[in-house]
Amino acid sequence: MAKRWQNNLTWDDVTPKSAFMSRRQIMAGGAGAAAMLLAGRGRAETGDLVPNSYEEITAYNNFYEFGTGKEDPTANAGAMSTEPWSIKVDGIVDKPGDYAFGELIEGLTIEERIYRFRCVEAWSMVVPWNGFELADLLAKVGVQSGAKYVAFETAVLPDVMPGVRRGVLDFPYVEGLRLDEAMHPLTLMATGIYGKPMPNQNGAPIRLVVPWKYGFKSIKSIVRITLTDKEPPTSWNKANAREYGFYSNVNPEVNHPRWSQASERPIGGGIFAKRIPTLMFNGYEEEVASLYEGMDLSKSF
Amino acid sequence: MIAQFINSTLRKVPAWPLYVLGAVPPAWLFYSGVTGGLGVDPVKEMEHQMGLWGLWLIIAGLCVTPLRRWGNINLMKFRRPIGILTFFYIAGHLLIWLVLDVQIPSQILADIIKRPYVTIGMGAFVLMIPLVVTSNNWSVRKLGAAKWQKLHKLTYLAAILGGLHFVWLVKGWQIEPMIYTAVIVGLVALRWIPKRKRVAVAA
Repeated sequence: MAKRWQNNLTWDDVTPKSAFMSRRQIMAGGAGAAAMLLAGRGRAETGDLVPNSYEEITAYNNFYEFGTGKEDPTANAGAMSTEPWSIKVDGIVDKPGDYAFGELIEGLTIEERIYRFRCVEAWSMVVPWNGFELADLLAKVGVQSGAKYVAFETAVLPDVMPGVRRGVLDFPYVEGLRLDEAMHPLTLMATGIYGKPMPNQNGAPIRLVVPWKYGFKSIKSIVRITLTDKEPPTSWNKANAREYGFYSNVNPEVNHPRWSQASERPIGGGIFAKRIPTLMFNGYEEEVASLYEGMDLSKSF
Repeated sequence: MIAQFINSTLRKVPAWPLYVLGAVPPAWLFYSGVTGGLGVDPVKEMEHQMGLWGLWLIIAGLCVTPLRRWGNINLMKFRRPIGILTFFYIAGHLLIWLVLDVQIPSQILADIIKRPYVTIGMGAFVLMIPLVVTSNNWSVRKLGAAKWQKLHKLTYLAAILGGLHFVWLVKGWQIEPMIYTAVIVGLVALRWIPKRKRVAVAA
């Protein structure tokens, strides 16, 4: 089932380091607003997307277990030990059990997927993930008929997670997908970035990536996967149901009650980076719109 | 003793250098932002830092009266520069939000009208305009001390709205903005503690 979706972005699209360094030098030189505007990231449906640098992707994270600041995860997540790492698979499956991380991913094809990443806070990045399709994992553990949803849970390690001790959210962080969303070829279980093992602040050792949904759906550092027949609770929905729905598909027409979702700030463009319009389903409309046919997306947000 | 020492020392210190000092953080922030020293999202960093400085300054301004009343420390001559700096920091915060963050005029307007945290932030800024305009000796004379003091009570409302703006804009219930708001509400509440009547000394 792997390779069901082909990147239309390849390594040819990645900005060569030399170009990006010279861009930084332009900025560092403060060579005027014009030069900086030119350095802003371009954007289109395909092709000319520029993946963010490894430094950007690993220095700017939301991982509230490690604190609410964008730099807190980088500063604090190093204390988390991901070896050994065990993932419980339970619910309506053929082969439930506690799987060691290596055991769970054994035999699954790791691919590179360069995806847009859109945070509900209206900023965005482009990330070259390494991972396998969730569908492959589900096939491996054997989904039984009757299962309608997949629920996920993040590790809770109060000793190394200051955000857990402070109770910013009702931890463990939980997320969920409808089974057809989970089986979609775009839905990835990521284990790395830029060919390197997943950094702790990005959700080591394994996390979900659902590129057409707001970033918070892409749950990090997963310790439990449950097949269920009921819509599972999700953390931000529990915290504020008016603001965060179960689906949380990227949708420029459905605003967050406190801010507009019509546009986004691409991270990494410097202080004069231009805001860019947000795309329906984060630019994956063609691939995923059929999942939601007949649904009112302003109600099922 | 300590209070006396502080007061006599501060008496020799002029207030104007505060304006110069106050210009340093924004200049440094802008320079760091342009040269890549503020991390990968310099716009938010500049915006948040300016907002935070504004909050610190308004809290500092609200401390002046209680310090004099209960601590016998007189910082009165610094209150005007602190207030004026607060205004300029919040104006900078707003400008960064307008020009570098939201950018799109129609979206700015929609945000101000439809987003309560933006609305109250804007409200707090607007309340500060008459305060900064009248922060000079001429206005105090023109309005008369009583009227001027009454007008400047708007500071209390602006400060509380500023704190709520912070509480409201973050995701979830975060402790930092709530602490700031509690401090502001506490400092404002001190103003309502009635002054004890002076006991006439029997001759």
